[in-house]
Amino acid sequence: MTSDGTLTHDGLAPIGNGRVLLIACGALAREILALIKGNGWDHLDLQCLPAIYHSRPEKIEPAVRKAVAAQRDNYDRIFIVYADCGTGGQLQKTCDELGVKMIAGPHCYSFYEGNDRFAQMGEVTSFYLTDFLVRQFDAFVWEPLGLSKHPQLRDMYFGNYEKLVYQAQVENPELVEKAKECADRLGLAFEYRFTGYGDLKNTLNAL
Amino acid sequence: MSDEEDDIILSELNDEDLVAQMFDDLYDGMKEEIEEGVNILIARGWAPYKVLTEALVGGMTIVGHDFRDGILFVPEVLLAANAMKGGMSILKPLLIATGAPRMGKMVIGTVKGDIHDIGKNLVAMMMEGAGFEVKDLGINNAVEAYVDALIAEDADILGMSALLTTTMPYMKVVIDTMIEKGMRDDYIVLVGGAPLNEEFGKAIGADAYCRDAAVAVETAKALIARKHNSGAAT
Repeated sequence: MTSDGTLTHDGLAPIGNGRVLLIACGALAREILALIKGNGWDHLDLQCLPAIYHSRPEKIEPAVRKAVAAQRDNYDRIFIVYADCGTGGQLQKTCDELGVKMIAGPHCYSFYEGNDRFAQMGEVTSFYLTDFLVRQFDAFVWEPLGLSKHPQLRDMYFGNYEKLVYQAQVENPELVEKAKECADRLGLAFEYRFTGYGDLKNTLNAL
Repeated sequence: MSDEEDDIILSELNDEDLVAQMFDDLYDGMKEEIEEGVNILIARGWAPYKVLTEALVGGMTIVGHDFRDGILFVPEVLLAANAMKGGMSILKPLLIATGAPRMGKMVIGTVKGDIHDIGKNLVAMMMEGAGFEVKDLGINNAVEAYVDALIAEDADILGMSALLTTTMPYMKVVIDTMIEKGMRDDYIVLVGGAPLNEEFGKAIGADAYCRDAAVAVETAKALIARKHNSGAAT
């Protein structure tokens, strides 16, 4: 399996098998590959863009556009496994223009929880981590916010949050411990929430 | 900054060099040095408003430009803001006592569902630095909170901020409500936040989208001046 570091900065190239290409965020690679393998979805191939675009949403739309242009002749269909992800509707506009579909929802926290349920919950003071983000907490949270050098900034970033919610895709006691540690470092209460793959599974199942 | 600068004695610098050094110290987020510099300038007889605009706001504007140009990032801007806050805490009571010029009054807050207030806090601080009175409503504000505060504070400007693409559409709810109540044209509406852009600002009926705190200040000054001019013409 490709390392988290590679998924963060380089992404993942497609194998070249299957009729439908999924172009996804690198933060979803392990989960999508697990679903493909577990369900025998041999018609699906996966390409991932660098997961670090999570922190730079303005990079997502041009990268998706470029990937679709490069791969469109190699597959029957392309499906985008990015939610809006901070693009402010721009990714949806581009997908409409390119004639490709994308997964519904504002972000992965929502579709893992289930978009309808997430919207109903209306949590505004929760900070979310997924399996990938727990493993990559330093690369995606601690370092980019400068907290290793300037720990005094922590409460300026997180002072309005109340709890860290770890949305687990798989059961893994080690990750639970690490997520608790992340909550401690951020000065937040901790909540463990097993979501599984939520709407991601249902969406891919329909392709 | 280099070790050499650790040896600089601020009180031994002339005014010009001290202000230049304060720009550097603000850039580097050195709160104690900024506080010391402010105290020195006040002791030398500088008016508090002059210290604020020439030393602090001047320095923070450079920080804002370098943030816009991708030279500085959020952590550095926060450190600089924290240093400026240190200087402001000394100047604020003096500004009130000396009757510094008032540019106008702003009501500001993050919109309903949004608790991310870093940008909003920077704008509030820079607006205060530029001579505006600021009523900060904090985070997660419903339309009623904005409308009530605008009326109660007899404000000139409404500032709304959002970090999330899921919450930014609420700005339109606020503006539409102001239109319904027949009060939209009584206020300058400024919007900002990472996922916004000029197109969005126009689409929801704001007067301006402000890319950063320095732009917010310049825009507010320009629109207030225009409002006063049009008032004088009628």
